[in-house]
Amino acid sequence: MKVTIDGIPVEVEPGTSILNAARQIGGDIVPPAMCYYSKLEGSGGKCRTCLVQVSKGSEKDPRPMPKLVASCRTTVMDGMEVKNITSPEVIEARKGVVEMLLINHPLDCPVCDQAGECHLQDLGFEHGAVKTRYEFDRRTFDKVDIGDKIQLHMTRCILCYRCVFTADQITNTRLHGILNRGDHSEISTYISKAVDNDFSGNIIDVCPVGALTDKTFRFKNRVWFTKPVEARRDCDHEKCKGEVTLWYKGEDVIRVTARKDVYGEVEDFICNTCRFDKKKTADWVIEGPRKVSHKSVISSNHYEFTPLPVVKTNPVLMEANKEQFERDTRL
Amino acid sequence: MESLTNKKKVLEVKPLNFLERAYLPAIASGLATTMKHFFKKPVTISYPEEKREFSENFRGMHSLKRDENGKERCTACGLCALSCPAEAITMTAAERQPGEENLYREEKYAAVYEINMLRCIFCGLCEEACPKEAIYLDGDIVPADYLRKDFIYGKDKLVEAPLNQ
Repeated sequence: MKVTIDGIPVEVEPGTSILNAARQIGGDIVPPAMCYYSKLEGSGGKCRTCLVQVSKGSEKDPRPMPKLVASCRTTVMDGMEVKNITSPEVIEARKGVVEMLLINHPLDCPVCDQAGECHLQDLGFEHGAVKTRYEFDRRTFDKVDIGDKIQLHMTRCILCYRCVFTADQITNTRLHGILNRGDHSEISTYISKAVDNDFSGNIIDVCPVGALTDKTFRFKNRVWFTKPVEARRDCDHEKCKGEVTLWYKGEDVIRVTARKDVYGEVEDFICNTCRFDKKKTADWVIEGPRKVSHKSVISSNHYEFTPLPVVKTNPVLMEANKEQFERDTRL
Repeated sequence: MESLTNKKKVLEVKPLNFLERAYLPAIASGLATTMKHFFKKPVTISYPEEKREFSENFRGMHSLKRDENGKERCTACGLCALSCPAEAITMTAAERQPGEENLYREEKYAAVYEINMLRCIFCGLCEEACPKEAIYLDGDIVPADYLRKDFIYGKDKLVEAPLNQ
């Protein structure tokens, strides 16, 4: 099937979502996603950050779709034409979604351990207005202790359900879920049972914000002062490959995470032994420094990257690329 | 020995005339210049006792501020250290324990906060980066000292005095 996204045509399998078709092209035109996770079945459709405009439904029915659609849940049709950054309507809507997500999200980035690798922070920087228009008290929760390895900050949660899907699909038993409904929805463990499973640590990696963070790394350092290094070890666990990223500060490994791809999704889920217990260089075989996106604050003072080829045949996209670049690098 | 470059110039030294040999007129004119300065405004000040007026945006020694309740504002977010072009700032964060709520404003605080005053170039970028309005370069000129280690200022020198003192 042939789809055109921001004027760039791509051939994809039937049944692919617009978001995945855009990811096959790559670059600026990929819609951001806060809740969709390609490795988790059933994820997506909750945060609405991936909204796109479908200006031509398909070859058979060329009418445009009446409203913006969530690209992670909409499958492509043959001859579909999609506008992402070339449509001012999409940018406007996305700005609204970011503002909406930030209504209840506390602005405690200086305290939060996720700062620097937080997707909501990136989105807020890209689109968000400087001030919030919300005048009421933000939603607050009683603190729930979910074990000595994982820290839950319910106030920061944007209810993407990724961690619930992870626990359901990656670990054998799911001990936590979403309680209550609507604005009162809350991630918690039933009767405060601790999340202790071989793969429970992965919910830290899938969390797009700082709601679930590593307790062993809590307040140890800021991510941009640490040095990420790719490493591996032979893990006994049959489902864990033992391929991780070590975050060094000086000589010490202060955090171990799974390797993440350009969209912030982990490549392979890792077990809790690798994540929490192996924090010595002697436990690992170092493969080399980790490539960090030049947009990320972690790469500050590093200057190696190869930019994507520029599409010069589409002036609308070139203009939109320029605007996207300005949004990315406003300061 | 012959000169290598042949650029040497030999000056002709004339014998002094009578007035020059007498010395006294030259001494008198020299003293007159000195005496004239007795009645002029001095160009220097005696620094530690006396200080010049500083500009309003003068950037001196850093101070870590407290809020209106006397709690430390700094939350060890590391943005000052990130923005510092001279890499003069280091910090270690710690979690606030129950019972310390009157000391620190946020749940995280800087347990160690050090500025190397020899590295600092007083550019004020840390002040600009701070999201908590915790650091200001509103102090005095950093005093001289004898040892390098004495220029690493910790929280004892940087944090503002508590309110009620």
